Order: sequence, then C-alpha cells, then structure tokens
Amino acid sequence: MTFVYAATIAILAGAGIYMILAQNVVRIVMGVALLAASANVLIFLSGRLGSVSPPIIPEGTDVLAQTAANPLPQALVLTAIVIGFALTAFGVALVYKAYRSLGTLDASAMHDAEDMGSPFTPSQAKQ
Amino acid sequence: MTESTYNLLVLVFPVLVPLTLAAITAVLWRAPAAQRAVSIIGLGVIVGVSGLLTMAVLQYDILAVEFGSWAVPFGISFVADRLAVALVMITAILALCVGIFSLRDMRQTHIRGGFYPLFFGMITGVNGAFLTGDIFNLYVWFEVMLITSLGLLVIGRTKAQIDGAIKYALLNLFGTVLFLMAVGLLYGATGTLAFADLARILPTLEPTPGLVATAILFLCAFGIKAGVFPLFFWLPASYHTAPFTISAIFAGLLTKVGVYAVFRVFTLLFAVEASGIREIVAVVAALTMVTGVFGAAVQWNIRRILSFHIISQIGYMLMGLAVATPLAIAGAIFYIVHHIIVKANLFLLAGAIRHASGTDDLKKSGGLLKSHPWLAVLFVIPALSLAGLPPLSGFWAKFLVVDASFKGDMAWLAAAALFTGLLTLYSMTKIWMEAFWKEPGIERSQPRKIPFAMTAPIAVLGAITLTIGFYAEPFVQFAEQASITLLEPDVYIAAIFGAEAQVGEATALRSEP
Repeated sequence: MTFVYAATIAILAGAGIYMILAQNVVRIVMGVALLAASANVLIFLSGRLGSVSPPIIPEGTDVLAQTAANPLPQALVLTAIVIGFALTAFGVALVYKAYRSLGTLDASAMHDAEDMGSPFTPSQAKQ
Repeated sequence: MTESTYNLLVLVFPVLVPLTLAAITAVLWRAPAAQRAVSIIGLGVIVGVSGLLTMAVLQYDILAVEFGSWAVPFGISFVADRLAVALVMITAILALCVGIFSLRDMRQTHIRGGFYPLFFGMITGVNGAFLTGDIFNLYVWFEVMLITSLGLLVIGRTKAQIDGAIKYALLNLFGTVLFLMAVGLLYGATGTLAFADLARILPTLEPTPGLVATAILFLCAFGIKAGVFPLFFWLPASYHTAPFTISAIFAGLLTKVGVYAVFRVFTLLFAVEASGIREIVAVVAALTMVTGVFGAAVQWNIRRILSFHIISQIGYMLMGLAVATPLAIAGAIFYIVHHIIVKANLFLLAGAIRHASGTDDLKKSGGLLKSHPWLAVLFVIPALSLAGLPPLSGFWAKFLVVDASFKGDMAWLAAAALFTGLLTLYSMTKIWMEAFWKEPGIERSQPRKIPFAMTAPIAVLGAITLTIGFYAEPFVQFAEQASITLLEPDVYIAAIFGAEAQVGEATALRSEP
C-alpha cells in the first residue's frame, strides 16, 4: 500500500514540475497547485497510514485508544490545503490580471519590470 | 498579574498588536485619514511592546510560552531568545520609520487599495516567524507574509508591478511547497514539530538519505526566501516596481526572515558541520556575494542596484553560518541587524531621490548635491555603511565575519567578501556620481522640497547606523550572547522542557509516529 501512496506522490510531483517548466503562466500556476497536492499527500504518508479508526476519545476514558489514527497530519494537511487554496486563488487572479493588462500569458514575453533601468534596452521610466 | 501571565502577554503582543491593527485599519477601509492616525499610533505601540519583550529577554535570557496549556511537543509554543528579540525590535523600529515615510509617499489610491491592513498583516507574519517555536507554525507565518506581501506588491496595479508580482509569486510559491515537503519528511522521521523537541531527537538519529534530503529541501526553501544564488531571480525582478515605502520594508525584512529561518534550522536542528552542508553553504555564500554585486554593477535604476545589493549582502550573512564558529555566528547576527537598517534606509533614500529629481533612472537624474545638500549627507551614511567603511556599522559587521572566516580557515571566503565590498563601493559611488554630483539632464528652476515626513525617518535610521558604528561594543556583545543560544541547543531545550532535559533524551509521552 505504501508503494501506491509513494507512486502517487511521485506522479503528482513529477506532473507538477513538468507543468512548472512550461512557458505559459497558467500552466505554471497549475503545476504549483499539483506540487502542493503532492506535498499534502506526503505529509499524510509521513504520519503513517495504518489505522482507519477515527481519533476520537471513547466515552469514559481520558486517552486516545492505541488503535486510533494519528490526528496531527490531518490537522497539518487541512491547514496546508486552506493556505494552498488561498495562494492558488491569488495566483489565478494575478495571472488573469496579467493577461488583461500585459496582453500575454507567455512568461518570457513579460518584461515590463525588467525594462526599468535595464542596461540592455532603451531605458524608459515606466512608473 | 503573575509572572507567567506577563510572559505570555509580552511574547504574544508583537504578533497580536499588528494583527489587531490590521483588523482596525480594515474596518476603517473608507476613511484613509483615520487609517493613517491609527497606524502611526499603532506603530508606536508596536515599538513599545517590542521594547518590553526585549527587556524581559535581557532579564531572563530566553522566554517561552505554550498556547492552550498543551505541553510542549503537542502544542504550539512561542520562544523568544536574543536573536529573535533583536529582530522583533528592529522590525518595530523599521516599521515605525517606514510608516512615517508612507504618510507622504503612499498615494490615495494605494491606501484605498488596502495598504495599511496589508502592511500590518505583513508585520504580523514577520514577527510570528521570528517568535514561533514550531516548524509548521513557521510555515504558516511564511505564508501570511507571502500573501500580504503579494497584495502590497501589486497595490498600484501597474504593468511593471504585475509582471514583477508574477515572478515573485511563482518562485515563492514553489519555495513554500518545498518547505512544506521538508516539514512533512521531518515529521515522518521524528514524529514531532516543536523546535526544542526536534533539537533533542535529531542528534540521536542516523543521518539517513531521507534526513539529508530534508535538510537540502529546507536549504532550498529558505534559500528562495532569502534570495541566495542561484535562487534569487524573483528579487531583482520585483522589488523595484513597488511603491518606495513598500519596497523599503520588503528590502529590510522579507529576505532576512529567510536568513533567520536558515540560522534557526541549521543551528538548532541540523548541524552545519555534518554531511557536506557546510561546504554547500560556503560556496553558495561566496557565489551569492559575487553574483549580486556584479548584477548591481550593470544596472541604472537606483532600486535595481539596491535590490542586487540585497542579494550580495545575504551572502555575508550565510558566510557567518558557513564558518560556524561562535565569532562568525555573532558576526552574522550583527550583520543582519545592521543590514536591515541600512538597506531599508537606502530604499527610503531612493524614494527621496525620486521625489527630488522626478526619476529613479540614474541616466536622467543629477544635480542633487547642489539643490539638496542635506539629502546628500543622509545618503552618504548608509551608502558607505553598506560598503563597509569605518567607522560605520557596516565596517564592524564585515570585520566580524571576515575576521571569523580567516580564523576559521576559510580565507578564500574572506577574499570573496573583501572583493565584494570593493564593488559595493563602486555601485554606491555610481549612485553618488549620477544622482548627486553630475549636472542634471533637465534643469529645474524650482527644486522640489522633500517633505519632513520623508527626511525624518531617513535621518532616524541614519542616526541608528551611526550609533551602531560608534558604540559597536554593546551591540557586538549582544550578538555574541545571542549566538550562544544558537550554538548550544541545550540552552534552548532547557528553556522549553526545564533545566534537566538534554539533547538525545526522548520524551516518555511522545507517541510513536
């Protein structure tokens, strides 16, 4: 079973990195999202997947049963998903705004910041 | 009020106060004047509470609190040692200076775009990152910092800002994913996330390939954040596009949080000496210094020159970590504090230069020495300090790290540092010649006056630079004491678990992962 999870992480991370290497910024954002997904599965696997019983303290006792699943990775993954969602949403909005105002999605065609004070192009103070 | 309640409050205030201010300024969204007033008062309060925390740490050496009464390995703790508290204090002073500068620099559209809530959100993230005692919590503060800084970067919505923000966002997102993966692997190997607990358990573990990979992932993730060679490309692509206030606070703080995280993780958790990491850090430090300063040499935009200099200065800080003797670590801590002040001041000066001459392109500016002689004096202080000329703060900072690397048998690293210092002087001279000395391209009949709200913070930061330069002794002593908690994890562990706990002693309570 561990192999299946490890293979999933590898495939997700590989696909993510492949997408990040693209020129198109939409693909790059998707690639980062995929990579973040693989990181989430990695945390989950790091917390050891063995037990399927929920980490709830049974009535009448004070401690978690030995067979219960580890609740910490779930908390971590949940936090990471929320943060990743916010950042991906921002990334998509930013890319959309870039498409509207720069007129391109090609990362190498975006050079408005580079042009400021660059020694290689006729310098124009674009502020 | 009992002592522990007091400790809890002073430790939490540097995070809680900016968070509250972010909320208040967000409520006052439609009232820019009220936002300004609240911000300036609030920044004063942040300086006050940071001062209280500094005094408490000077008294007790190290303070720690656990939230929600969860015992250490389970709950999240905040820890303030001398390094953290120095950075919190300098952040507060810098935020106040930059806040005053923003009164005249930020336009109405920027404030309506949410400048103040985002600004305080960023301060929250920075202080949280400095104070946290938990590696996953550090990740969360990094993300708070990242999302607010992204908002600040695109606040003017110009083409250049959006272009810069895309590069900033994508590379930093990649970096935080690497950080998250490293945290996951570390948790898998140790079953804990608290720094103090990790510092006890990691030395007992065999250096498996998994752990080495974790260390390298941490190095890459923090390296992207700190802007080291070859991961710095987002920095000169974005910093010069933001408004001056914002680029000043970015330049002062953001990369230094990455440096702080490198120092924390590679002193407390992983030993730098082990498994070739020291060699990697040394080579990276040298290349960071040299590439940064060469990058600066060809640029003509003041802030792009300064952005490349941030990179080369990060190299000096990593140099301290590479040498890893107590003197070197102390030198690096001194360097971080000096650098935050000087670099932010130079960005503020770039704003003043732009205000006075109407451009930040060095080819077009000029003549400021005649029209604004005081600005020239204020520029010379941080510029020469950055280059490391005595008796300014940069001289002592460079002296400490270079001296340490000679003593630590790393003379080649010292040579690279001295060479970089020379080229830094070249870049500073270039700004001086082009902006102040030469005849202006377009003659102005009426020189524009620089408002007091702009000169005052520049003068205050310049005065701090001079103070550190002339009274370096107490600052060096403080840095030496701060390096003790970094180099001796036992001190840090004892502060959390009590005096009897030591490295390698596993907690009975800790559940098997």
